[in-house]
Amino acid sequence: MNYLIGAFKPACNISITFADGKNRKQVPLKKENGQTIMVPLFQSQENISGKISIEPVLGKKVEHNGVKIELLGQIEMYFDRGNFYDFTSLVRELDVPGEIYERKTYPFEFSTVEMPYETYNGVNVRLRYVLKVTVSRGYGGSVVEYQDFVVRNYTPPPSINNSIKMEVGIEDCLHIEFEYNKSKYHLKDVIIGKIYFLLVRIKIKNMDLEIRRRESTGSGANTHVETETLAKFELMDGAPVRGESIPIRLFLSPYELTPTHRNINNKFSVKYYLNLVLVDEEDRRYFKQQEITIYRLQENS
Amino acid sequence: MMVDGVEDEEKWLAAGIAGLQQNAFYMHRALDSNNLRDALKYSAQMLSELRTSKLSPQKYYQLYMRAFDELRKLEMFFKEETRRGCSIIDLYELVQHAGNILPRLYLLCTVGSVYIKSKEAPAKDVLKDLVEMCRGIQHPVRGLFLRSYLSQISRDKLPDIGSEYEGDADTVNDAMEFVLQNFTEMNKLWVRMQHQGPAREKDKREKERSELRDLVGKNLHVLSQIEGVDLDMYKETVLPRVLEQVVNCKDEIAQCYLMDCIIQVFPDEYHLQTLEILLGAFPQLQPSVDIKTVLSRLMERLSNYAASSTEVLPEFLQVEAFSKLNNAIGKVIEAQADMPILGAVTLYSSLLTFTLHVHPDRLDYADQVLGACVKKLSGEGKLEDNRATKQIVALLSAPLDKYNDIVTVLKLSNYPSVMEYVDSETNKVMAMVIIQSIMKNNTQISTADKVGALFELIKGLIRDLDGAAHDQVDEDDFKEEQNSVARLIQMLQNDDTEEMFKIICTVRKHILTGGPKRLPFTVPPLVFSSLKLVRQLQGPEENPFGEEGSTTPKKVFQLLNQTIETLYGVPAPELALRLYLQCAEAANDSDLEPVAYEFFTQAYILYEEEISDSRAQVTAIHLIIGTLQRMHVFGVENRDTLTHKATGYSAKLLKKPDQCRAVYACSHLFWVDDQDNMKDGERVLLCLKRALRIANAAQQMSNATRGSTGSVTLFVEILNKYLYFFEKGNTQINAAAIQSLIELITAEMQSESNSPDPAADAFFASTLRYIQFQKQKGGAVGEKYEPIKV
Repeated sequence: MNYLIGAFKPACNISITFADGKNRKQVPLKKENGQTIMVPLFQSQENISGKISIEPVLGKKVEHNGVKIELLGQIEMYFDRGNFYDFTSLVRELDVPGEIYERKTYPFEFSTVEMPYETYNGVNVRLRYVLKVTVSRGYGGSVVEYQDFVVRNYTPPPSINNSIKMEVGIEDCLHIEFEYNKSKYHLKDVIIGKIYFLLVRIKIKNMDLEIRRRESTGSGANTHVETETLAKFELMDGAPVRGESIPIRLFLSPYELTPTHRNINNKFSVKYYLNLVLVDEEDRRYFKQQEITIYRLQENS
Repeated sequence: MMVDGVEDEEKWLAAGIAGLQQNAFYMHRALDSNNLRDALKYSAQMLSELRTSKLSPQKYYQLYMRAFDELRKLEMFFKEETRRGCSIIDLYELVQHAGNILPRLYLLCTVGSVYIKSKEAPAKDVLKDLVEMCRGIQHPVRGLFLRSYLSQISRDKLPDIGSEYEGDADTVNDAMEFVLQNFTEMNKLWVRMQHQGPAREKDKREKERSELRDLVGKNLHVLSQIEGVDLDMYKETVLPRVLEQVVNCKDEIAQCYLMDCIIQVFPDEYHLQTLEILLGAFPQLQPSVDIKTVLSRLMERLSNYAASSTEVLPEFLQVEAFSKLNNAIGKVIEAQADMPILGAVTLYSSLLTFTLHVHPDRLDYADQVLGACVKKLSGEGKLEDNRATKQIVALLSAPLDKYNDIVTVLKLSNYPSVMEYVDSETNKVMAMVIIQSIMKNNTQISTADKVGALFELIKGLIRDLDGAAHDQVDEDDFKEEQNSVARLIQMLQNDDTEEMFKIICTVRKHILTGGPKRLPFTVPPLVFSSLKLVRQLQGPEENPFGEEGSTTPKKVFQLLNQTIETLYGVPAPELALRLYLQCAEAANDSDLEPVAYEFFTQAYILYEEEISDSRAQVTAIHLIIGTLQRMHVFGVENRDTLTHKATGYSAKLLKKPDQCRAVYACSHLFWVDDQDNMKDGERVLLCLKRALRIANAAQQMSNATRGSTGSVTLFVEILNKYLYFFEKGNTQINAAAIQSLIELITAEMQSESNSPDPAADAFFASTLRYIQFQKQKGGAVGEKYEPIKV
């Protein structure tokens, strides 16, 4: 695409800098083209401020119909590509129509911005926040510059966090009781639990605990559900006998998890499940799936 | 599709090793460049090779050992990492990110080891976590090796008393709990192996299991090494817990091995103090468990312990070790109704050994054991099982070995009863053992009762037991056995003559049941034993007019007479004859003329009626002559009769040379050196002349039949007799007679028909030399010889 850019050189360069850009935490963000870039991290109700500087190319003057900056929160469905749904849209007019002869700087500020949803990059859906600077021009086409940033929202530890305990089985074949210590885990949490074998009449080969992410997008007949297995963690090797109890300790930190998202703007949901899978010697799988909630806990650092 | 085979296994092992080495190589590279992430990645991949199910335990072990070596390097690395500032807690978490459980747990144990050493957390917590997490491996072989790894790395890090990892309060308990738990889990895995896989591979599986058993047993060893596990803790916790596991696992191999393991790894003193608990477990074991071996080894250990120092003996008494063991064995035998008799006997045998060591003074204990054994045996009939009889022999030999004294053993009333249950072959073996013991220890068996009991005990040698197959008996063995009996008879001795007589009567009673094959062996020692008694009776206190019933030589001789008579039935006339002559001589010494005469009469009758073989006759006649010559008790009449008979027999021998020799031997009958009234020179000469005649006749006969006169030996022999009597002063023998005899011999030797005989020539030459010598001696002797010309 570079040559195209070269052919239709924009009339000016726009750069966006954040006021606390040097100190603010940067996190990686995966772009559509697969590249990962580092972008600043915000949370809801923060002030987002900074400077825009516009520099005409080669000293040419730039005529414009005004300069504005928008803060957009967008949801993009991949099956509906190119169609963004803006759930947040704030605008600041930076300049009235006129001409720019030389580098010109505009400060901007969006204060206590409500950003209820977290940045999310899923299989079929993307939720992103972006600053969009537009230098409007009549026929020559507007010059637009985007600056992505990431939003993460922190949740305090839930006041109620029951364990998940359940007895499941196939009659006269396999009865197990399993327990996960919580139903809500934060992203760096550890799942502790145990599986208790009440009855074993099948020859089990091994047992895994899977973390599965279920992303559902759209609604009604258009609902798309995508399930990914993010973790496959072997809990047991070999065939247990009745009365054995197998410990579970699964650290969540190595996996790329996000908080659970429920019905974000009626567009999508992201849910997490623990899937306990027992495999017998004939490679038959017996499993039980339990939803867990994942939340983001404020990190101390 | 898959061929089971050693070859394939080798291939899989090779593949496993190759995979392991490759990943180890990358791991080393990561270690060298301090790349923790890669180190974890490649070590996990390396350990993944241990996930294989294709190897037998033995092969798996080889793979495991290689991984073990690599993990040592990794452990060093982790240690350095923490020194470089990496938090051990983070490391402990980091290794748990591994997706596969087996590598994860190996890594966890490895980091755990560093964690404990860092002392950032109490050892007990880390150990507890590790042993708990290891539950994830339920596969027996992989689980056993993993846990054995855990045991290995934790051995020097237990929070034992005095250990640097000891915590504030009671951490020994934690150390013990940890080992116990690991043990329990390992045992479960080990037992589970038995029930996995097809039934037809049972043997293979059992073999594999036994290869793995030491992994399990190692834990018990570790337990025994924990300083803080004292007797109380052992008694209250360790032993009950271990036993609970052993009993509940209901597995024959495990029970057998682990019981033995307990016995072997913990100190004797503990066993002694916890005997009741330990023994309580035995009846609860599976019926197929080889309890006898295990219990025997326990008793063996305790016996050795008792033997080690007398100071420990009071402990045995204090805990009533014997009665506890006795009870336990009773219960085990009761509980395991179909235990082979071998088992029961082995147990009793061990118990007996035990009690003999621990309570040598308590014969009643030993007898109790034998009694119990008899009771058990009585339900079985005669023993058929070879090994069981062997055990019986061991059982019966034990008291002998211990006391070295059959007299003590004879006090065990149940001892003979046990002997009843063995077959005659074993009875014999046992009897031999007993006799050998007596010989070796020179045991004095000095009462008739004891002798009776003893002979009852060794009756397998004394007589044919019912149904014993005679023809199978090896002749040499038989002789050996009977010689032993004979030696035994000689050993019986009591200075009290009354008792000795009783002993002789008892022995006689027993040996007379022995039958013709045994009597020739057993009668002679009895006879000599009796003769010894006779000699004793001749002592200073001899009182021939003693009260009625007291032992007199006469009574002994009567008995002897009857005893020797039994040899008629054998028949063994030559032996009987010898014995009669011995008796006659003894009677002679006792001055009992009629008795001596009677014995001679018996001997003569035997000679006349029973001894027909000419060679035997020759021997017999010489014996008779020899004995008779020494008799001094006879009056003239009796003596005459007897000598007359003897000379008569001599002249009637078949072969001329025999005749000749017998006759010149008879000459001595008329010349008894130290008794002047028995020097009849004339009859001596008569005998010698007669001998000469016979010698002459022999020469002629020889000449007639063979054409040569044969040797002059007989003449030379007679010449010697002449010289003898000549020197003794028999006036009937004069120099002239000698001179003429010498000439006769010389002539004979020069005659043409004489066949040369170097021996005879030499004999003659020496005789002549002797005469020459005597002549030169001078004095009275020289004078006497003077007339003889050589």
